[in-house]
Amino acid sequence: MNATDTLPNKTVAAPATAPAITPDRDLAIAMRGVTKIFGDDPQNALSLLQSGRSKSEVQAETNHVVGLDNVSLDIAKGQIFVVMGLSGSGKSTLIRHVNRLIEPTAGEIIVNGKDVLKMSLDELRTYRRTQVAMVFQKFGLMPHRSVIDNVAYGLEVRGVDTKTRLREAAKWIEIVGLSGYEQSQPRQLSGGQQQRVGLARALAMDTDIILMDEAFSALDPLIRSGMQDQLIELQKSLGKTILFITHDFDEALKIGDRIAVLKDGALQQEGKPEDIVLRPANEHIEEFVREVNKARAIHVRSIMDRGEFDPCEASVSKDSRCEDVLPMFAEHQWVGVLDADGHQIGRITLKQVIKALARYTPQPAETPPTLG
Amino acid sequence: MFPEIIDTRPLRRAVDDSLNWVVRNWGGAFEAAAHPLLMLLKSIENLLIATPWWLIIAILVGIAWLSTRNWKLPAVVFVALLFLGVMDLWNDAMTTMALMIAATLTAIVISIPVGVWMSRSLNVRKAITPILDLMQTLPSFVYLIPTVMIFGPGKIPALIATIVYASPPLVRLTDLGLRSVDPAVMEASRAFGTNPRQRLLGVQIPLALPTILAGVNQTTMMALSMVVIASMIGAGGLGYQVLQGIGRLEVSRGLFAGLGIVALAIIFDRVTQSFGKQLQARIGLAEAR
Repeated sequence: MNATDTLPNKTVAAPATAPAITPDRDLAIAMRGVTKIFGDDPQNALSLLQSGRSKSEVQAETNHVVGLDNVSLDIAKGQIFVVMGLSGSGKSTLIRHVNRLIEPTAGEIIVNGKDVLKMSLDELRTYRRTQVAMVFQKFGLMPHRSVIDNVAYGLEVRGVDTKTRLREAAKWIEIVGLSGYEQSQPRQLSGGQQQRVGLARALAMDTDIILMDEAFSALDPLIRSGMQDQLIELQKSLGKTILFITHDFDEALKIGDRIAVLKDGALQQEGKPEDIVLRPANEHIEEFVREVNKARAIHVRSIMDRGEFDPCEASVSKDSRCEDVLPMFAEHQWVGVLDADGHQIGRITLKQVIKALARYTPQPAETPPTLG
Repeated sequence: MFPEIIDTRPLRRAVDDSLNWVVRNWGGAFEAAAHPLLMLLKSIENLLIATPWWLIIAILVGIAWLSTRNWKLPAVVFVALLFLGVMDLWNDAMTTMALMIAATLTAIVISIPVGVWMSRSLNVRKAITPILDLMQTLPSFVYLIPTVMIFGPGKIPALIATIVYASPPLVRLTDLGLRSVDPAVMEASRAFGTNPRQRLLGVQIPLALPTILAGVNQTTMMALSMVVIASMIGAGGLGYQVLQGIGRLEVSRGLFAGLGIVALAIIFDRVTQSFGKQLQARIGLAEAR
């Protein structure tokens, strides 16, 4: 746990000139004021954008497309950070900035304390070979290589000898559940299996950071759900930092430790999943939230009354969600919430649950908690 | 009549004079520079003629079998070669084959790097494409005559003319093949920290190989279609038989030598195509296209 984790809700209104990053040991990725404009003369469009024009105004005036608009993000080590947005929101552009597949027009990107944008070409290659691995929506497997050679690809580029890299590759193929397919060609596998190869290829790199660009979007729902579970398991056991891009809010809620929502290249809201569900920052996010199964998205701990109460007859763990606690109210008025050691840390009533599940209507009096 | 705006005679004279000047002063240097080409052609030709006919048939039938793994193509190759032997065209066919092989090898060495260069830069592509158009459409006699003036009649101008005519499809298809490699695969490769050389040799060329091989196929075919013209300036071979047939109004001689060229074309076309298909199947592009 760290500073950013306790920040309940942050509505972003970043200043035009973002402050320089002070290196933070707990941050895996830090982005400050990252702006990307596609076109021949981005500087001109950039100054227009910075003078307060909107994405569509800039596009109409200069015929330049704004990919990212002043995005600042802090991604702490060891968490699954989900960036969510509809197509065209700039989320795929955002993730490609982390390993500099796309150069920003302005801004700062610090990964593991190093400024990615100041790296020379050689340093950048070393950085890509050793610190960030990536999984792609369209898999990006090499059709002329067998599954095991695909998984070993990153290690091969890194210069690992054949024996070691094949042993590593075989290990990860087994972990993602593809044993027996080592010598198959990628085209002989189903979509889900191909993406497991893509995942194994990234995991075999054993980097601290894994970038996943709509990695599960091309898969059908059941397989996707299975892959999500597997990803959560893997993250628990390996403790990687995973930056995950998706257009699916349910997916974001299921796997994300924190979620950032992008629209038109600009950050709309960043926070824990339940913060976004309970307190959507604007109408755009409210629209997403409306479609969500809130009973599954909201943890009881985020809506309970904290404090010392008489022990309740029924109780649940603090990791349970509203849907787990709802049936208990048939018999009980209060349900206790227990921490990992079994101590009661608070209690919850049916009223609180109903209030959380009811449709959110912004109340002007409510002020979002400030950064503490 | 189109009105005469400028007098073009000085321009024409300048072109003619400068060619004469080049022939007088640089003819020897050019000939020396082209000597390795001649050596290549001569050694291939000598090798083919010195090899016993049955061994050549065995080798070509064997290659045909390797390219398809069934008996049909080897049978076609066998019959085509038998035809050349029976019709007393064997040595001419070997000379023509040598010219074609030498031209194709040289074209591969030149065209693939040029194709790679083109695929890397839009400006290079813009500059080279019109040159390729020119090489393919300019009547071959137009550059044949200056080459003959520089090198004298013989095998060198014939080989150079064949290379000029036969290279463009290979350049174009190399460029096309490299550029049409799936961008998602290229991006994945980049994301793993490859340098340009690793991407070219490890990803682009293997995936573009079927297309490049289609270019090699085109080059062999175009080289064969030049043999008659090449024989006019001393390349010999089947083309010379065709020329003699025309000259003496011996229809049979022209016809059989012409069919001999077709036989060679069939052999090389089918074999290179089959190798291309084999490669495509191996990297799984057969279904995708």
